[in-house]
Amino acid sequence: MSTRVAVYRKEHFNAAHRLFRSDWDEATNARVFGKCALPNYHGHNYELIVKVTGEVDPETGYVIDLKVLSDLIQQQVIERFDHRNLNLDTTEFARLNPTAENIAVVIHDLLRPHLSDQLDLQIRLYETPRNFVEYPA
Amino acid sequence: MVYLTRVEHFNAAHRLYNPDWSEEQNDAVFGKCANANWHGHNFELFVTIKGQPDPQTGFIFDAKKLGAIIRERIVDKVDHRNLNLDVTFMMGKLCSIENFVIAIWKELEPTLPPQVQLHCLKLIETPRIYVEYYGE
Repeated sequence: MSTRVAVYRKEHFNAAHRLFRSDWDEATNARVFGKCALPNYHGHNYELIVKVTGEVDPETGYVIDLKVLSDLIQQQVIERFDHRNLNLDTTEFARLNPTAENIAVVIHDLLRPHLSDQLDLQIRLYETPRNFVEYPA
Repeated sequence: MVYLTRVEHFNAAHRLYNPDWSEEQNDAVFGKCANANWHGHNFELFVTIKGQPDPQTGFIFDAKKLGAIIRERIVDKVDHRNLNLDVTFMMGKLCSIENFVIAIWKELEPTLPPQVQLHCLKLIETPRIYVEYYGE
């Protein structure tokens, strides 16, 4: 009988960003991204929920040790993005628009190589209390 | 006496930085908050007024009108902005949440209709950090 369980770890970070494409002119950026394209940046408190799904290990009773997962998120995500300007201070978004969608995909891809193939990973990222995304959908 | 609170929200970038100090001193005091390229928050602003309900309307003041005043006087000036660079009423000030809430009071209070008595501003910077200011 399957004993697959989903476990979750919540973390948070805050960062500045702006949404714009350098290959578009100012007017196009302003039309598509509105206030989010303003040149001096704005920012958010990001709330990150990392969902890991897998079989419960009969030896430990764990899907994954949540302290291990927490340390992994700290090292791979929080230390990289917290109190940073996503456009200017990170290599990941130097050429990638830091939308919530893209940030969730980047976070997934940062964490995925560090987890066992037996575990499924899903990222939920809140950009504001009212806007959030999930990846994979 | 009844207290009525209207909640508005905005997001903005800022940094904590004292231009009179060296980079090292700013780093020592403000840590990651001094990052030269800014960081940012989702702010929640709670505006509490006090008074007696008007016998004709049952209102201290129309909460919808209060929301419109807050948006016009504050939110439109700070939302999606850089507090250090874009907000005239924060120019020359350290952009701490303490200074920010005092500046919002000074900006908002004189523009309220005379029958509206401002009691408290609560400004939430992160889910774990907020300040309250009573105009004292």
